Amino acid sequence: MWQALYEELGPKGFIPIAVAFDSGGTAVAEPWIKAAKPTYPCLVDERHIVAELYDMVNVPTAVWIDERGRIVRPSEAAGSTDAFRKMDHTNFSIPPAALAELQAKRKAYQDALRDWVANGSASKYALSEGEVLRRMHTPDDAKARAAANFRLGQYLFAAGHPESAQKFFAEAKRLRPESWNYKRQAWALEDPMKAGGPEFWAAVDALGDGKYYPPIEDI
Amino acid sequence: MTDGIDIIYGERVTKDVDVERTDKIKGGALWLGAADLERVSGWTRKPEGFCKGEVCTPIPIARQGDFVTPDHKLVNLVALAAMLGQPMVVDEEHRTWYFGEAAAERRRALTSLMAPDFALPDLDGRMHTLAEHRGKKVLLVSWASW
Repeated sequence: MWQALYEELGPKGFIPIAVAFDSGGTAVAEPWIKAAKPTYPCLVDERHIVAELYDMVNVPTAVWIDERGRIVRPSEAAGSTDAFRKMDHTNFSIPPAALAELQAKRKAYQDALRDWVANGSASKYALSEGEVLRRMHTPDDAKARAAANFRLGQYLFAAGHPESAQKFFAEAKRLRPESWNYKRQAWALEDPMKAGGPEFWAAVDALGDGKYYPPIEDI
Repeated sequence: MTDGIDIIYGERVTKDVDVERTDKIKGGALWLGAADLERVSGWTRKPEGFCKGEVCTPIPIARQGDFVTPDHKLVNLVALAAMLGQPMVVDEEHRTWYFGEAAAERRRALTSLMAPDFALPDLDGRMHTLAEHRGKKVLLVSWASW
């Protein structure tokens, strides 16, 4: 999705930087990156450093950063919607109306990026400082504790103590139930099939009217 | 099996650190020699308090005993981290202490609206920073294999 946009907008001063939140490292991220054949940077973030720095709780989540290094849109779903929840949980087929909604949202997001690249700070999608701060979710003590538990869990996993790691992942998930990154990464380290399997769909269904991807107000 | 512990302070990992007063470990204190404190955390003990680079933070006089032993040989990293607002998580089974970044520090960095920099590798192990793309419009976007 980003390669075509980079080819179109790269000459106008735009670049995507894709960051893989994968504690399994290069081994698990590589097949996906090779398939995408990207010419923009695709980085591997084993410790989810970027997630902590920018307070991201899901994928795909994006931040827009202008030429001066200023955040002009804080973390938000990058062209995704909850329409994916209408997917069949076993054969992954998707009803035509839901597919159309996914494609429309993706196009709207890409069009917003085009507008920003063309018009810079005059684009209505480049938010004012006050609006960025209003939309931003800022770190608090519970989030800092959750991050610490998650990080210790990753350290223990890498050190060969997967069962101890899951205890700390569980505490991170308890402190930050809204983080799908914590849930799905912990599942994936337990069993690669689990992050997208029945446990995942049960957790998504348990949201009820709650959102997996909180809607963006203006895109 | 050694008697030392592993301490992760932010991204700094120090293995097999000698803990001088093991009797206090379970009580929530971690007494280290001054040289170990600096090796583990980057903080040094000075007359004006604990210092790192240009920054010094004074020790509360009424609670000096929580931070430093009377002979000034040992310092308590747990008390220092608590004063700095850093979260601490301990795995006693594997004798590992983790000290994270304080929420206030993370909040200050993010609400400045200057995008925090980072350095991460690509598939070939080459490191990339956000800062090297200054002058472009950047879409920083996450994904995952899971």
